[in-house]
Amino acid sequence: MDTSDILQLDEVSIEVGGRPILHDVSLRIRPGETHVLFGPNGSGKSSLLMAIMGLSRYHMTKGRILFQGQDISHLPVDERARLGVGLMQQRPPSVRGIPLGQLAEVSAQGKNGKRVAELADQLGCSALLARDVNVGFSGGEIKKAELLQLMAQQPALALVDEPDAGVDLDSIAVVGQALACLVKQPSAGAVAPAALIITHTGHILNYLRADVGHVLYGGTLVGEGEGLHLLEEIRKHGYGKCPICRSHIPVQ
Amino acid sequence: MSDLSLTHPGPVGARADAFRARAIQAQTRPSPYGPDLDLTTFSHPAEQQRQRVDALRSLEQQIREAASLAGIDSEEANRAASYFQIDYSSIYERIQRRYQGQLELMTTAEALTSYDWLWDYWWQAVAVDQDKYTAAVEMAQTGGFFLRVFAGQRVKEAIQACLLVQENNISQNVHNVIMIEEGADAQLITGCTLHPRVETGLHIGVTEVFLKKGATLSETMIHNWAEGFHVRPRTGVIVEEGATFVSNYILLRPVRSVQAYPRVFLRGAGARAQFNSIMVGLKESLIDMGTYVELTGQGTRADAISRAVARDRSTMYLRGELVGQHNESRGHLDCRGMLLSEHARMHAIPELLADSAPRSQLSHEAAVGPIAEEAVEYLMTRGLSRDVAISTLVRGFMQIDLPGLPEILTKHIQRVLAATAEHSL
Repeated sequence: MDTSDILQLDEVSIEVGGRPILHDVSLRIRPGETHVLFGPNGSGKSSLLMAIMGLSRYHMTKGRILFQGQDISHLPVDERARLGVGLMQQRPPSVRGIPLGQLAEVSAQGKNGKRVAELADQLGCSALLARDVNVGFSGGEIKKAELLQLMAQQPALALVDEPDAGVDLDSIAVVGQALACLVKQPSAGAVAPAALIITHTGHILNYLRADVGHVLYGGTLVGEGEGLHLLEEIRKHGYGKCPICRSHIPVQ
Repeated sequence: MSDLSLTHPGPVGARADAFRARAIQAQTRPSPYGPDLDLTTFSHPAEQQRQRVDALRSLEQQIREAASLAGIDSEEANRAASYFQIDYSSIYERIQRRYQGQLELMTTAEALTSYDWLWDYWWQAVAVDQDKYTAAVEMAQTGGFFLRVFAGQRVKEAIQACLLVQENNISQNVHNVIMIEEGADAQLITGCTLHPRVETGLHIGVTEVFLKKGATLSETMIHNWAEGFHVRPRTGVIVEEGATFVSNYILLRPVRSVQAYPRVFLRGAGARAQFNSIMVGLKESLIDMGTYVELTGQGTRADAISRAVARDRSTMYLRGELVGQHNESRGHLDCRGMLLSEHARMHAIPELLADSAPRSQLSHEAAVGPIAEEAVEYLMTRGLSRDVAISTLVRGFMQIDLPGLPEILTKHIQRVLAATAEHSL
């Protein structure tokens, strides 16, 4: 094991509600690397992110998850967050009675509190700070609110679920540039931060360099390559006949 | 000074006799809601006038603290006027000098002696024979206050009234009348509370509110009871043209039983009512609270928001009934309950009635359920421990705007809510 890895997944299998979703997923992400996860709908991409974060619906039946060399497989969500794992969800819950600004301050965990207003300004979401988290937010507003919390947290590993889905082009630019910033700046732990990002369209890659791309298919990682190149291959051939994938996958 | 007489015929004596006769008929009539109480189990010690005080700060510390838990400031900072009753006796009424001539605050007994016209309003917003509790107040009234704000006066600071029970196992039967005259505007804090040595007893509070044309009243009632104590408020509010009634109700401490179903009559065109309730069911508390509003006038509007958290072995009923009687009327009930215990029970019972007014717009949303696990974990992804995430969500759940409150009281309520949320674990 290389302790300098930010994330190492060793043959991780995950069940949701007793149903197997992910099988023997192994993955390594080094400091400063941005990884992108492709795969058709229902292939288990979001489940993988949730499982790394430790959400209780995602039950790990096999393998282990190492974060900066530490086995976090059995740590609760909040401890993972405090170690430096951050999650930007695609469909986060609405939380009544808690203003976004307050939750962003909480996310900063005392490190970065003063910057919340500044970050909100940068993301163009200052008007959301006083509103209850995600209550009545549009698709673009949800992305910005999630990103604000992630940026306040400055995680060593950002898990980002479809930052470019359901967002207008202007907002994609804001979100993309902000994510690029997030992985460029040293994290709170002074480690070059890494990211694992799910994208279907690849729009986000206009703003971010994707060091490594992975294809998840039917709960298994089936291919790996340089991010943009992999996206090109998938665009050309579809997931079914992508030459980078280990075997040609039957079209669903 | 305005003449508030209505055109009710008949001499005062005859009317008083008629109320008494109706009360006698209702003496054993149970309320349709809440557990039925045997009123003979509460003692009625001989009337004993408690010693009056010159300033609230001279009250013993335990009483001041009990009052403070119900939002009453014994320093009277930022208060326009104060009324303080212990058991059966009023011990203090004071209007700050700067508000002299804007309002009156006295016992209802004194007001009935001073103003014959008050009999035109007596038992008009609440029926004397509604049940055995209203009957008990008529048969054996033990105090209550009369507040009157003169026409056109805008009383900038809150008026406070404290009804405190100090003696164990008594029945405090108060009858309050609030008269906000045309175009006047006032905020009232009513604190109902107990001396810490009181374990059991009963408080029956009849409150009749009359809002004249264009008047506004924001009333905040904070209840601070004990595990063995019973409470039966009986409130009626008559709202005339263009007048607004705002009610904030806060119950954050255990009680044996509290049952209230205030009735509001939006009679005048453009009359409005807004209710905000925050209630926490603790230990064995039985809380049965509702809001009944009749929207009779053109362009009337009612909104009732309640947030209830049930813990321990508490039982909570959240009732609401809107009756649309004018085609141009609108009302909405928003009632949410959160259950934090396997043994707690919660019933949400919203009712809507369009009464010969098919275009009246009435709606409700009601939800009861546990704290959302998804939201707990969401906060945990931001680094909050499970316990802190839960208390943050409970506090957030109970966070509703309480308009018309002095800032200092809003802060006090926020502190109490925060402490309650933390204790909810």
